[in-house]
Order: sequence, then C-alpha cells, then structure tokens
Amino acid sequence: MSLFKAHYNLEKKSIWLVIGIIAAASVGGLVEIAPLFTIDQTVETTPDMRVYTPLELAGRNIYIREGCYACHSQMIRTLRDEVERYGPYSLAAESQYDHPMLWGSKRTGPDIARLGGKYSDEWHAAHLNNPRDVVPSSIMPAYSWLAETGLDVSDLGAHLAALRALGVPYTDAMIENASTDALAQATPDSDAASGVAERYGETTNMRRFSSRKTVTELDALISYLQILGQMTQTAYTAEPKEVE
Amino acid sequence: MSKIERDPVTGYTTTGHDWNGIKELNSPIPRAVIIFIIVTHLAALIGWILLPTWPLGRTFTKGVLEVDQKTDLAADIAAANTARADWMARMATLDFDAIRADPDLMARALETAAPLFGQNCEPCHGKNGIGGPGFPQLSDNAWIWGGTSEDISKTITVGINSAHPDSRFAQMPAFGRDEMLDRTQIGMMTSYVQSLSNGFIANDPSEAATLFQDNCAACHGEDARGVEGTGALNLTDAAWIYGGDAASIWQTLMNGREGHMPTWQSRLSTADIRMLALYVEAMPGKLQ
Ligand code: HEC
Repeated sequence: MSLFKAHYNLEKKSIWLVIGIIAAASVGGLVEIAPLFTIDQTVETTPDMRVYTPLELAGRNIYIREGCYACHSQMIRTLRDEVERYGPYSLAAESQYDHPMLWGSKRTGPDIARLGGKYSDEWHAAHLNNPRDVVPSSIMPAYSWLAETGLDVSDLGAHLAALRALGVPYTDAMIENASTDALAQATPDSDAASGVAERYGETTNMRRFSSRKTVTELDALISYLQILGQMTQTAYTAEPKEVE
Repeated sequence: MSKIERDPVTGYTTTGHDWNGIKELNSPIPRAVIIFIIVTHLAALIGWILLPTWPLGRTFTKGVLEVDQKTDLAADIAAANTARADWMARMATLDFDAIRADPDLMARALETAAPLFGQNCEPCHGKNGIGGPGFPQLSDNAWIWGGTSEDISKTITVGINSAHPDSRFAQMPAFGRDEMLDRTQIGMMTSYVQSLSNGFIANDPSEAATLFQDNCAACHGEDARGVEGTGALNLTDAAWIYGGDAASIWQTLMNGREGHMPTWQSRLSTADIRMLALYVEAMPGKLQ
C-alpha cells in the first residue's frame, strides 16, 4: 500500500501539489483538444456545401429565439432505427456553417435534421400556426404570431459578417445585399430576385413560403425548415461503408 | 509543533496537527475506494487496447477490436435487409395483382405500410387518411389522380407540383385576383358550384352554367365530373379538399389553389412506396 502513501509527499510540498493538480486537470482539456488535430481525417469533405441565404439565416435565428431546439434535435445517430426513420445519419461536415450548432440533446418532438422537402410549405404554415389543426394529438406549442410579425431584415448584413469572421464563406456582395436578398427570396417576382439566384445559386428555394402579402417571420422560419438536410448532398450520395 | 500520536480508541495515528487541543485522525483510505480506483484504471487500460483512443499526430490508435459505428451500422442494416430480402424483392417487382393475390405477402405489405404511413403521410392526410382542410381524404373513393395502386404509387413517387421532374402538375387559376371574373360573377359561380352537389343539369341555360362551360369545363369537364389526370376534381360529389362551404369555394375561385405534395422517391424505397400504395388503396374498405 506504499503507493497510496505517496501523496503524503505531495501534500507536504505545495508547489508539487499545484503542479500535480494542473497535470490532472489538463487531461480534461487534452481529451477535448487533441481530436481537433485529426479533424482532416474524421470530417468529410463537402464540395457542394452551400451557405444559408439571409432569409434562411433569419429563420434559423427565429428557431433559436423560440427555443425549438429544446424539443427537436438535428442529429441523426448511427443507429439502424434512426437511419430507417429519419434518413442518412448526420455528418460532422453538415453543420460546419452552424454557429452555434443546433444538434440538441432532447427529443420531445422528432429529429428534424432531414426535414427539408418532407412536407409542403402549406403544411408548415398550418402546423406552426396551431399544430393541433394538422396533428390532433400534438403537444407542440402554437406559434401563431410568426405569421403576424413582419421580418426584421435590417441587421442581417451584420449577422452574415459575424459568421464570415467565424469562417463561413460569405462574399462582400452577399453581406452588402443581405437585407434585399432576404426579402427578394420570398418575393420571386420582384426585381431583386435575380440577385439572390446569382449569389446563392439557381437551386435556391425562391417562392412565397406563406400566403401573407408581406414577408413575415413565418416565411423565414419555413424557408429554414425546408433546407434542413439539404445544405449538401454528401450524406445521400456517400458510398455506404464497406462491411467486412 | 507537530507530534504524531497513536489514538488509543481507534488505533490510528493522528496527523500530528493540534488546533487548540483538537487533533485529526489520519485514518486510511477505505478499501472500497482503493478497489474502485484500481478497477476503473484497469477498465481504462483495457479500453485503450480494445477501442479507438489515442491521437497520434494525423491519425489515432484504432484499437484491437477496430470498432467503428459506421461499419457497425452498415452491418446492422445489411443484416436486417438480408432477413427480409426475399419478400421485399417481391414487393418491389411483382405485379400489384400478384401481391394482392398472395394473402401472406399482402398482410406483410399492410403491416409494414402502417408505421410508414404514420411517419410520413399522416401529418398531412390525417389518421387513417381522413384528410383535413387543404389535404385530401384518402379513405374515400374520390380520386383526383386515380385510386388504383398503380396510380397511387406514381403519385407518391413523383408528388404533385413537387420538385420531381415528372411531377404531377395542377393549378386552379385565381379567377378573381387575376380578374378573369368579377366579384358578382364569383358570387354567382360560388352558388353554382355548391348547387352541383345536388346534381349537374345538362343544357342549363342560366348565366352561371354558361360561365362554367366557358371558363371551367376545360379542366373540370363539361359535366363537372372532373377529368382524371388534370388535377381538376369532380365538383358534383361530396368530397372537397378546401371545403364545400360558400366561403371556401369563394376563396378558391378568388385566389386559386395550388396544392403541393412532396416527392417521396428519394426518401422511400420502391418497395416502401408500393406497400403504401396497397395500404392506401385498401383504406376505404377498412373504414366501412
Ligand atoms: C414542447 C416541445 C416542442 C417545441 C418547443 C417545438 N416542437 Fe415541434 N414538435 C413537437 C412534437 C411533440 C412534435 C410531433 C407532433 C407534431 O407533428 O406536431 C413536433 C413536430 C414538429 C415538426 C414535424 C416534424 C416531422 O418530421 O413530422 C416540425 C417541422 C416542428 N415540430 C417544428 C418546430 C419548430 C420550428 C419549433 C419552434 C418554433 C418547434 N417545432 C417547437 C414538440 C415541440
């Protein structure tokens, strides 16, 4: 048992005790930091990865503001039941532009990592207005004010700039036109709409996301929900892992 | 001053400190704690050997077991697919008639389709396909794109007004908003459409009937019974998507409708879609 008496020496020499504490505590840090050195090997490459448009980003901010993440995860795990229910498991690269990430840790409602395109905009509008109109047994809260609240686009440029500082490849033109682009994406017949397609690609969802005449928070949130899992096609096209 | 003494009651030594006569026993660490520390350290050591653990520059130790969640998952899915490969293959390739004629296979199809329906279709079409405002009922016999398994599986595959290149396409024009009819005419047509539920009158000389023939018959048919494949539904029956009350019909005529059903081709397998088609086709019977 003399090994267990060794700490007497440490306890009597405080400088060694401090060094010992630092050594023990840094294990926690190492465990979190060391894997970052192998990130090239563990995170997939996604050449087709796109960025959030300003409207989708506004929707994402509303998703955070309303606390949707408290009930919905965006993280499909590598388990058969999850993959069969929701679709391909989530890849690290899919949330590379997510600051902060919204993986969540609790599922009161279903995972929505692959929600984009699963339902129509009309369904989302009806569901967010009052979930029980479409899913009678739902316990999700109603978010009826979203359709009544005009979307504030004034600070979207600053949001894009902040994300660029964190490594999201927004261009100067994207930052400059963020407010106009946000409104134009939901008003496809406006003059500014061509700019959105030019900056964010022809495949951007350009349409009215709800039946309101002006662009509301509901439009922004639906535009975000409709691209979940669609930021890159890597997860869908990746070769299934070899089975030995 | 520190003076180590032996405590006469417990037999342990003291730490030697003395705080105004209060002394501290230096009792040993309980055996259970020591055993616990040894066991957890051994477990960690075994873990290092068996599982992926240590980063080594650009790679990491893979562990003797070479476990990998992604490979495990692929094996899991492959095993599950092998177990049902036989009947899933028949589901995907056999004629619908042949599936219906095989009671075992048909029972499998209905059983497998039920949770698929709940997960994917029920949010819009409702429990047992009862439908809701804007989302057609499936448990009736009123079909817009055909109610056979073949038609239904096509609809599920390509969707309606969806992003699929072969999507079914349908649009009810906004007669009011786009000024094809004025408000009085819209009001008149609303009553006319409602009256159709009591039966279509051929050669009706009224103004509404004439307007119907001029504006609506091209899609809804000269007898208002709908034309399958155009998305224009039968107006003479009791089935409505957006409601048969005057206010809903007025809205439909005024602002048009363009419903949207997603394509399921990339979400569901061919076998899944065909089982769902059989399930939906069998729905009206089940509700009786
Ligand atoms: C109190 C927990 C709770 C909160 C908060 C919540 N939800 Fe839900 N959500 C649910 C539950 C439960 C369901 C399943 C029943 C249903 O479809 O309504 C659900 C279903 C959904 C679905 C359908 C998912 C699918 O695949 O069928 C969407 C989309 C959704 N929620 C979006 C949102 C958004 C957006 C917010 C924030 C504005 C939100 N939810 C907030 C509990 C919640």
